[in-house]
Amino acid sequence: MKTAVVVFPGSNCDRDVQRAISETLRTSVDMVWHEEKEFPGHPDLVVLPGGFSYGDYLRGGAMAARSPIIKAVRAHAASGGLLLGICNGFQVLTQARLLPGALIPNTSLTFICKPCYIRVEKTDNPFTYGLKEGEVLQFPIAHHEGLFFLPPKELKELEDSGRVVFRYADPATGKAGVEYAPNGALNGIAGIRNERGNILGLMPHPERATVAQLNGGTDGVKFWKSLEKAFVGGAF
Amino acid sequence: MAYKMDYRRVGLTDSEYKRINEILGREPNALELELVGVMWSEHCSYKSTRPMLKTHPPKGKYVLQGQGENAGVVDMGEGWGFAFKVESHNHPSAVAPFQGAATGVGGIIRDIIAMGARPSVSMDGLFFGDPKLSKTQNLAKGIVEGVGSYGNAVGVPIVGGKTYYAPCFTDNPLVNAFSAGFVRLDKMASSQTAKAGDLAVLLGSKTGRDGIAGASFASKELAEDARSSKPQIQIGDPFEEKLLIECCLDLLDKGLIASMQDMGAAGILSSSSEIACKSGCGIDIQMKQIPLREKMEPWEIFLSESQERMLLIVEKEKLDPVFAMARHYGLDCAVVGTVTDSLKYKVFDGEELIAELPIGILGDAPEVFWPAKEPAELPKRQVLDGSKLASADPEQDLLTLVGCPNGASKHEIWEQYDSMVQLHTIVGPGQPVAAVEVPDTKRACLLTMEAEPCKCWTDPYTGAAETMALSLRGLWLSGADALGMTNCLNFASPENPEHFFELQQSIKGLADACRALDCPVVSGNVSLYNETANGRIYPTPLVVTAGLLTDRDELLRAGATKDGDAIYMVGKEKGSLGASRYQDLKCGEPLGKTVEPDFEAEKSFRERAVKTARGHLADSGRVLAGGGLAVALASEAIASGTGLKIDLKPQGARELTLFSEGGARAIYAVPQQKTAEFEKTWAGFPCRRIGAAGGDRLTWDGMFDVQLGELRKTFTEGRQ
Repeated sequence: MKTAVVVFPGSNCDRDVQRAISETLRTSVDMVWHEEKEFPGHPDLVVLPGGFSYGDYLRGGAMAARSPIIKAVRAHAASGGLLLGICNGFQVLTQARLLPGALIPNTSLTFICKPCYIRVEKTDNPFTYGLKEGEVLQFPIAHHEGLFFLPPKELKELEDSGRVVFRYADPATGKAGVEYAPNGALNGIAGIRNERGNILGLMPHPERATVAQLNGGTDGVKFWKSLEKAFVGGAF
Repeated sequence: MAYKMDYRRVGLTDSEYKRINEILGREPNALELELVGVMWSEHCSYKSTRPMLKTHPPKGKYVLQGQGENAGVVDMGEGWGFAFKVESHNHPSAVAPFQGAATGVGGIIRDIIAMGARPSVSMDGLFFGDPKLSKTQNLAKGIVEGVGSYGNAVGVPIVGGKTYYAPCFTDNPLVNAFSAGFVRLDKMASSQTAKAGDLAVLLGSKTGRDGIAGASFASKELAEDARSSKPQIQIGDPFEEKLLIECCLDLLDKGLIASMQDMGAAGILSSSSEIACKSGCGIDIQMKQIPLREKMEPWEIFLSESQERMLLIVEKEKLDPVFAMARHYGLDCAVVGTVTDSLKYKVFDGEELIAELPIGILGDAPEVFWPAKEPAELPKRQVLDGSKLASADPEQDLLTLVGCPNGASKHEIWEQYDSMVQLHTIVGPGQPVAAVEVPDTKRACLLTMEAEPCKCWTDPYTGAAETMALSLRGLWLSGADALGMTNCLNFASPENPEHFFELQQSIKGLADACRALDCPVVSGNVSLYNETANGRIYPTPLVVTAGLLTDRDELLRAGATKDGDAIYMVGKEKGSLGASRYQDLKCGEPLGKTVEPDFEAEKSFRERAVKTARGHLADSGRVLAGGGLAVALASEAIASGTGLKIDLKPQGARELTLFSEGGARAIYAVPQQKTAEFEKTWAGFPCRRIGAAGGDRLTWDGMFDVQLGELRKTFTEGRQ
């Protein structure tokens, strides 16, 4: 699976994603600078990593959504390529209107970095194809603006069309919802996909739960392997 | 001459002014006077402490770069160096907590870049006043948000630190920012490798009026109305800094930089003069070439502490690729001068020479020998009335110690920091020792940050020695060798002989401990004048010690006790209650001395502790620190999620056994099948089995019997 990670000025999880994917899937990962106009050699997966793109002084992801590379990102997604936005990358996807909604400041109004638990809601897309519905994973979060927000009508549409992929949950009971969301996300939403299923945005960091012996656990490995399984198996 | 009257305004004394005249053979002009005034300030010159700092042991088998560079570097093996340094940003944080703390983080990160290292970890030592006061709460909120906003955005994980509350910090909080980074040995940069003909290039932000003369500001007491000092505060831009990091590392990687220096105190002046002086050269600066944000006076340009700037020394033929790289990252870049062989620091305004100083003068402030006198009230501070210390209700005392501001969990602070970015954190905040991967190896780099203000207040020598030993014990217990130490000496005005005595004694305590225990001092920072009209801070030497574990599988953690493990205590049953957390809470002020250093015992402890970790003889271990044995047991139970049943009959007063501090002492959780080997390893050192792990209560016969849940709640939520 050919992978490219977009590097915006101010991205700071770009190298982490590169390491997580290359170590887990034994594949090389291209790093693509934001000023590029296209991706080298048609990647299968494009990742928008976490960080503070362009300093995020305006709004998380707002500037990045208008950077030169975004045209190529749109073209990649339009042709059915896989597009994953993690944390700031998720914010970029919403700002670029590639995914609905907005990520607004956490209810605590503080930055929060800690382990958190998310429940797999759907496995009908390439990103969670190899996971189990209802399975609870531990991925860390690290953000100031992670409260997923949509007006009630659109939120209902999103829910009804089954596009909520991850929800914050209690690992003991498996229950999910806003009460388990460290950031106050509506309906406890941690990750969503587009209609077609080839774009996923999520706030928690799977790459931080990938390297054994580090303090983030290893549930992220399941996520990357699932993605690879869907891709290699040609399920989508 | 008008300037002659002015030398006091720039902080120079009569004799210093006379000395300048002698060196120059004339009177300095106004600009020259400003330049020398700042370079001879306490903050830039260390003139009060230099003679004493020379007593720190500089050498060790792991030291690659000792003091004198932007940061010290130790050898982590397999071609990796580890550059690290801690620096204070106390005065700015008192005045503008958010920006003061943020730029403290940014400033120390640039010291690490200047060594050619990728900034990889940060830690912060925060010292706040009475937590019940809204003043303290506001300062703490601003400082923590400032540290977080900068560290999170710049992408350097904050893996640990220290937060400490005492009323003496109410008006004068301390912010000590630590940063460190890994560097390939063949890519190490230096500020001593400029040569005549090279160009001085300014990379990063434009120069503006922020932080003018911050160095002088840090070299005197805080004014009562501290807010009047606002113009001396710098403004931070972590986005610009992130680009600076990537750009500088790229430039170094491609071999485009001959030498580099970060711009900290006294901005362009200090960075350009230091690099020329250390390289044995002179330098000509073209003032008009310096990119400015606003119209400024010459002296303002040279003293501005605008953030996110680096000074690069570039060979002429490499200028084009350097500019191309700066453009790639969207950074401003300008040639501002030329390295010469004149041994002079010259400033030109167009054709006109407006300042000319011998290069040595700037780094050559006359040393100041302040008189020292033992504080008249020191004997009083050291008297401890044992009758006030009896523990009538050990359970309540334990809960108070666990839940008091200095005992309770600091998660509300460290959860605001990104502690995991860069994907190499093995042990993050909230643990006695932090650990990160040495890149692409099985090795782990371990860090401890310690400070014991109360103990240094009642006895600066033993307090400082204990602080240093404590930082080492944590590393040894984890299985690591100590490679080196960096320190930040936070003290009151040295002009008061009693304060100067405390400074001297503390430095001696650190130096003696480092020398006896084989830990070189590789870098450091001194912050004096930490006092206001309302009082002064306790003597607060803060140390950060770096350790190496060649195989990270051998890391012995805290909080990993398993059901059924035997619980051991090693070291003497009792330390001292002097200036302990228990004593301070009982009496309302620190009184009594901590234990005298016993370096032979420390070495015995080191040998056995390292063996224990590397031989995998224990599941978990924890050094005794604040709150003594009882709090160590409580912390271990909370972190491990398992109860402990302790069976130890105290010899003498029980509060001594329960709560005393100091000395090489620790607890271990040992699997039953390894107890024999563990005991053998500890033969020749006090070692006793004191209980077993299991259940969901912390129980000590005749002392306390607490539900784990209650203990955890007290720790997490605090208790006044």
